[in-house]
Amino acid sequence: MQRRNNGVAAGGRRQEAPPPRRLNDRDAKVKKDPTMKLFKIRGGVHPHDHKHLAAEQAIEDLPMPALLHIPLQQHIGAPAAPAVRRGQQVAKGDLLAHSQGAISAPVHAPTSGRVMGVGSYPAHHASGLSVRTVTLKPDGEDRWSDAIEGVADPFVLTPEEIAARVAAAGIVGMGGATFPSAVKLNLRNRYRLHTLVINGAECEPYLTCDDRLMREEADAVVDGIRILARGLGVERIIIAIENNKSEAQAAMAIAAAVDPRIRIARLPTRYPMGSERHLVQALTGQETPARGLTADIGVVVHNGATAFAVHEALRHGRPLVSRVVTVSGGAVARPRNLRVPLGARVQDLLDYCGGFTEEPAQLISGGPMMGQPLPETRVPMVKGSNGVLALTAREVARRESMPCIRCASCVQACPCGLVPLEMAAHTRAGDLEGAVGLGLMDCIGCGSCAYVCPAHIPLVQFFKYAKGEMAARGRSKQKLLETKRLAEQRTARIEAIQRAKREAMAKRKREQAATQAAAKAAAPIAPADVPAAALAGED
Amino acid sequence: MCRNNAAGTGMSTTLVSSPHGSRPNRVDRVMQEVLLALVPGVLAMIWFFGWGVLVNIALAVAVAVAAEAAVMRVRRRPIRPAIGDYSAVVTAVLFAISVPPTLPWWMTLLGMVFAIVLVKQLYGGIGYNPFNPAMAGYVFLLVSYPVAMTTWLAPGMLAEHSLSLMESLRLIFAGALPSGIEWDAISAATPLDAMRGKLDQGLAIQEIRLSPLWGDFGGRGWEWIANWFLLGGVYLLWRRIITWHIPVSMLSALAVAAGVFWLIDPTTHPFPAFHLFSGAAILGAFFIATDPVSACTTRKGQLLFGASIGILVFVIRTWGGYPDAVAFAVLLMNIAAPTIDHYTQPRVFGHTRDGVNR
Repeated sequence: MQRRNNGVAAGGRRQEAPPPRRLNDRDAKVKKDPTMKLFKIRGGVHPHDHKHLAAEQAIEDLPMPALLHIPLQQHIGAPAAPAVRRGQQVAKGDLLAHSQGAISAPVHAPTSGRVMGVGSYPAHHASGLSVRTVTLKPDGEDRWSDAIEGVADPFVLTPEEIAARVAAAGIVGMGGATFPSAVKLNLRNRYRLHTLVINGAECEPYLTCDDRLMREEADAVVDGIRILARGLGVERIIIAIENNKSEAQAAMAIAAAVDPRIRIARLPTRYPMGSERHLVQALTGQETPARGLTADIGVVVHNGATAFAVHEALRHGRPLVSRVVTVSGGAVARPRNLRVPLGARVQDLLDYCGGFTEEPAQLISGGPMMGQPLPETRVPMVKGSNGVLALTAREVARRESMPCIRCASCVQACPCGLVPLEMAAHTRAGDLEGAVGLGLMDCIGCGSCAYVCPAHIPLVQFFKYAKGEMAARGRSKQKLLETKRLAEQRTARIEAIQRAKREAMAKRKREQAATQAAAKAAAPIAPADVPAAALAGED
Repeated sequence: MCRNNAAGTGMSTTLVSSPHGSRPNRVDRVMQEVLLALVPGVLAMIWFFGWGVLVNIALAVAVAVAAEAAVMRVRRRPIRPAIGDYSAVVTAVLFAISVPPTLPWWMTLLGMVFAIVLVKQLYGGIGYNPFNPAMAGYVFLLVSYPVAMTTWLAPGMLAEHSLSLMESLRLIFAGALPSGIEWDAISAATPLDAMRGKLDQGLAIQEIRLSPLWGDFGGRGWEWIANWFLLGGVYLLWRRIITWHIPVSMLSALAVAAGVFWLIDPTTHPFPAFHLFSGAAILGAFFIATDPVSACTTRKGQLLFGASIGILVFVIRTWGGYPDAVAFAVLLMNIAAPTIDHYTQPRVFGHTRDGVNR
């Protein structure tokens, strides 16, 4: 889980973090690396991880589907602008759409083939709304573009060159947040960075894609990590992996031996250990300031799969066109870890995994704790999709919610120090400002509270609603202010015009008065003067 | 829920927010665990005080469930979930083991109706009642019928006569003592009452403790009931139905307060274990003060809440006018709980303690 994206909008506000607490004895028991001191995070839960379903399935390539639907927005930020036309032949890795603006990412062809069209297609999103999508018909050759060219030694490149190549490869945060990675690399210009953390916690149940990638491609992942470190200009590198992935820990430790700067952190298995801020706290003991970035405390977090993508981009020149996805859940016949071309439909993945053994009660993109429900199986896989889960009714165990009995289980479970039951009560009563006052905006939506709730209250749903509603209110308030400002400007403008008119009139009046006065002044004199003039004339 | 459509290209699923899945615990299971944890203590009570305890429990449960159902019917709400959460049963059992085992039936009925209808349902039912219903019902009866509510049976081994089931039923439902038996033969002052009475007479603790009423820490019989409730409390901790914060802070505050005064003057202040094991301190700490609805929700708040109850129990027992103080202490702190919660909000991640930047 790496949902907390590193939005660069917020300015770093440094503040006093409390003294870090060491892990207690219970946690220290599982701490094996004597060099890596870990710190305690608050709250959290221990859901059954269900990782055994897919953990031992080696990564397989999904057979190329008949059609690929490649959305132009697979990242946070502005959608990419199409660079291809209908009927155009493309090779694997060719640019399909340009990056647009500061926070955006380009999209490339996942295979060679013909562009069938640029239209709209249902997005990989709970809403099921359509987004701009390139439809590509694979030609079956899977031929890389001739323009693809890697760098023999990425370590001679400057950080700027590395960031530029990462940006050009369309790499985004692959833990699910999909924040453009190059933007994160460029944080070095504005923050004093010292540590790169590789998030291999994979704390979401069921998901094993990062686990498998770290086991099978450890050398490539470590290479990508070292390139990222070069791009960030940091000298401390920590690869953090939960203890339920001991094989990945071992594989990464062996691969990391090439670089003495790299340390492996063996994390206690606890959800949400993979939340960026909590991971950084567990590793450094420091809290990221609210509304700030981990960069505020000198740390940048990247996902292991992102590091792999960086390796592919720099060493081989290959843009991000595929990713590893876990297909799992009790309703899936053969859970697998698949390397999937972007744009393959969820249905293609499920078909390859043998379909359903029973009607799933819930189809999810991502993990069960924070994943989104998928409205249908024809939506395409995107850069941020790390899992497709088909859960049975028994796994979902959805129940009617009951009144809150204030048991405070949620208070103990919250990793952010919030009081979810009070926030929910305020939200239910429509007092959203009250909920904000209790820390609504600090909620990371991890779902620990709803997971432990004995009354089965959909707390996360309440908070999502409240956050959305607050954002909407913020927008409408902004609109109101803007309207007011425009109205005031108009009034001011009209007043200015009227004032100008009045002044002009007044000026004219004054001038008229002056001429009249001059005329008047001249008039009485004139008769007297005339004779004089006459006299003078007569002179 | 979901079905593949004919084209096989799409499916419709219920769209609900994450998390998809939850820990298998439910309110009804929590309540069942509480009831299970009460069993050893209740059996001990039956052992020492006879069938009346069981009759009271049966009567109170029946009245509570009926009252709950009736209110739900009047409110036009579904009856089954309200009964099915077992919260009324827990209230009834806690009430029934707090009142004397010989309490006339109509008082139990009155107390239970007061607890369920006025204290619980008029505030909105489960989750909304600011006061602990069982304790409110108990206090309502105590202030209304102080004599009946303070007439306790003597523990089995001290009583001249132990009431049989039929005799208990006759006493509770008809108010008739068995022929030839006087109240004195079956009743005895509770240890807390006896201690208070003797201290008022100017006796020293050392003299008072010579009475056969006393066991190792507290009153004979009573201390064992407390031990068995303690066992139930430990079970609740083990099952994570409750956390340690309220019971530990309450009992330690009571012990410390009692200990300080005992150290100052051991002739007029009983030693701390007496306070812990004589009255309802153990029962109160694990089963009553921990009632989630009316207690504090923040950890610091829970510590403060529990400690305040412990100190109030000592104060009321030592200088107050009522025999046991747990019910009053809990109700007083119920009033304070929302305020304590307000001032003990945990520090939010990424914020400083004084909450700037929020």
